[in-house]
Amino acid sequence: MTLLEIKGLTIDIARDSGPARVVDGIDLSVTEGESLGIVGESGCGKSLTMMSLVGLLPNRIRATGGKALFGGRDLLKLSAKELRKVRGSEIGFIFQDPMTSLNPVIRVGDQIAEALVYQKGMTKAAAKAQAVELLALVGIPAPEERANAWPHELSGGMRQRVMIAMGLAGNPKMLIADEPTTALDVTIQAQIVDLVRELKDRLKMSVVWITHDLALIAGLADRIAVLYAGTVVEDAPVEAIFDRPTHPYTRALLGSLPTLAGAAMERLPSIPGTPPEPGRRPPGCPFAPRCGFVQPSCSQSVPKLQAMPGDRRHKVACPVVLEGVA
Amino acid sequence: MTALLEIRGLAKRYDIRLGAFGEKQAVVRALDDFTADIIEGETLSLVGESGCGKSTTGFAILNLQRPSAGSVRYKGQDIAGLDEDAMRPLRRDLQIVFQDPYSTLNPRMTIGEALAEPIRFHGLAPKAEIPARVTRLLEDVGMTPRFANRYPHELSGGQRQRVAIARALACQPRFIVCDEAISALDVSVQAQILNLLLDLQQKYGLTYLFIAHDLAVVRHISDRVGVMYLGRLAELAPSSALFAEPLHPYTRALLSAVPEPNPRAPRNRQRLVGEVPSPLNPPTGCRFHPRCPLARDICKTSVPDWREVGPSHHVACHAVTGPGRTNWEGPA
Repeated sequence: MTLLEIKGLTIDIARDSGPARVVDGIDLSVTEGESLGIVGESGCGKSLTMMSLVGLLPNRIRATGGKALFGGRDLLKLSAKELRKVRGSEIGFIFQDPMTSLNPVIRVGDQIAEALVYQKGMTKAAAKAQAVELLALVGIPAPEERANAWPHELSGGMRQRVMIAMGLAGNPKMLIADEPTTALDVTIQAQIVDLVRELKDRLKMSVVWITHDLALIAGLADRIAVLYAGTVVEDAPVEAIFDRPTHPYTRALLGSLPTLAGAAMERLPSIPGTPPEPGRRPPGCPFAPRCGFVQPSCSQSVPKLQAMPGDRRHKVACPVVLEGVA
Repeated sequence: MTALLEIRGLAKRYDIRLGAFGEKQAVVRALDDFTADIIEGETLSLVGESGCGKSTTGFAILNLQRPSAGSVRYKGQDIAGLDEDAMRPLRRDLQIVFQDPYSTLNPRMTIGEALAEPIRFHGLAPKAEIPARVTRLLEDVGMTPRFANRYPHELSGGQRQRVAIARALACQPRFIVCDEAISALDVSVQAQILNLLLDLQQKYGLTYLFIAHDLAVVRHISDRVGVMYLGRLAELAPSSALFAEPLHPYTRALLSAVPEPNPRAPRNRQRLVGEVPSPLNPPTGCRFHPRCPLARDICKTSVPDWREVGPSHHVACHAVTGPGRTNWEGPA
C-alpha cells in the first residue's frame, strides 16, 4: 500500500532577482515497508524534497506547487501545529551530523526522553526508562550508563546511534535518513547501515535514504530514484538500476564510479561539465548540455517519466533512449 | 626506480593540556615510526580512518608541521625540522593541494592574481611574462584564460579544485601531496579531477602522495598503497597486491567494509567491532589488537616489526607471515 505519494512537487528559492526553481515537478512514491533510495549529486534537490514534506525547509525556500499525500492528507497544506504532530511520531529523521542535531548541554537519555514526553505524553520516569530501552535497541553498550552521558563524550558512531534512537522514539511509519553515514568512517558506516537495515525489518517501517553514494545505496534500497537538477530522471527497482541503467545520467554516473571489483582503470570515464545552478537551468532536459546522446529535440521540453516497454516499474525521463529501446 | 624522498622513523607528537584548568599534561602520538621511500614518478596513497595520522604524515614530510623525530631525505639533505628560511627554496619543489580549495584561495584575489603570486614570490619569471604563464597554467588544468579575471566565489567546486592544482603547479614542483583533494567533490566531477591529476603526472613527471579515505578511488590511481591505523603503518604494498590479497587483519576489515555498487553483493561481510581507540591513550603492543580477530597475548605486549613478506609488500603483524600464511588461525 502506498504510504507517501508526491505529485508534481516544485520548490523555489526566493532571491532578490526573483524565484529560482530548485525542485521542478518531482513525482515519487513510497510504499509501506519499502526502502527507497534517493540518489543525486549536491544541489539536485534530494534533501529539499524530503524536508519540504515536514515543514523543515530553510528560510526563503518554499514548496510552491504539487501535492504530498501521506495517510490521506496533503502534508504541504498542513498548519505548523499539525505538522508538529507528524514530525517524530509519523515521520522520523536522522541527519548527517549528529553533533549539530544533539543539544550539547542535555544528557543524551534526557534528550530522547524529552521527545517521548512531548509526543506520547509519557511521565518523565517512564520516558527515561523507554529511552534506555531505545539506546539498547540501537546497540549502545551499557545503555543505563550511556543515557547519562553528554553528547561530547560519545564518538561519532555512538552519536549517530543516539540520533537513530531519537528518530525511532515516536514509532514513526517512515524514517527519513539524510546522508546519515557521510561523516563517518567506512567501518563505522558499515555498522550503522547494518543497524538501520535490521531495525527497518524489525519495526516494519519505510525508510527513505537520501545519499550521493551509489555503492552504499546498492545494498540498502529496494527501489532507487535518481535525481538530477531537481527532477527525477530514473525510478526503478534497485537491480534494474544497476543491471540496466537507462537514463544517460544514471549510466554516466555508474560509469564514473570507481569500484573495488573488476579491473583497475587507468582513467575513469567522467561526465564533462557541471550540474546547472538553480535559476540557470537550460530549457528542456536539464542534463542535455552534458549528455552524450543529446538530440535537437532535447532542449524543447522537460522530459516526463515514462515506463520502459515490458517493465512498468522501471521509469525513465528520456524519450531519446526510450525510443532506442522500443 | 630512484627514491625522491627517503623517510625514516618519522614521528609527530602533540603535547596537550587536559582538564578544566589545563592541569593535566598529555601526549597525542599522531604519527609513530613512519618509514618508507617515495619513488620518483609514482603515486603513493595513504589510506585509513579519521585520526590514523595520514594527513599528519603529509604535513610532517613537507615540514609544514615540524616532526618530533625521524628524517626526511630530499636531494641528499635531511629536511625534517629545517627552519623556514632553509625550507623556502625547497617549497618550490614540494607542494600540497587541500580538500577544500575555498578555504585556501583568497576570496578577494582574482584567480589570475592567485596564480601569479607564487611565480612572483619564487622569482620564476620576469614580470612581463607572468600573464602568459598564468594562461598556460589555466590551460594545463583544463580552464580557459578568461577565468583569470574571475573570483573564487564565481567558480564551482570542481573549478576551484582545478585552480588549487594550478597554483601548486605554478612553481613547477616535483612532488605534490594531495590531502583529500577530491573528497569533497561529487562523483561526476571527482572523476574529472582524478583524470586531470593523472594527465599532469605524465606530462610533468610528478610524484604524488595521495591521502584519501575512499579505497575505491585509491585503487584506481595508485602504484603503491599504505594503510594506516592509529598513527602507524599497518601495511604497505603495490596497489594490485594490496587489493588482490590484503594481509593485515585491519586492511582486510577495511576493504570488507567498503560498500559495493552491486545490489546482489553478499551482506554478511566481516565487520569490525568497536571503534578506533583514542590516540591519547593508544592500546599497548599492536594498536589494533583490541579489535583484531587474530589477536593473541603477544599482540597485547609487543609492537609488531615492520617486515617484508612479499615483493615490496610490508606488513606489521605478529600473525601474518606472508600471502596466505599466518602463524596461527585465531585467538589462543
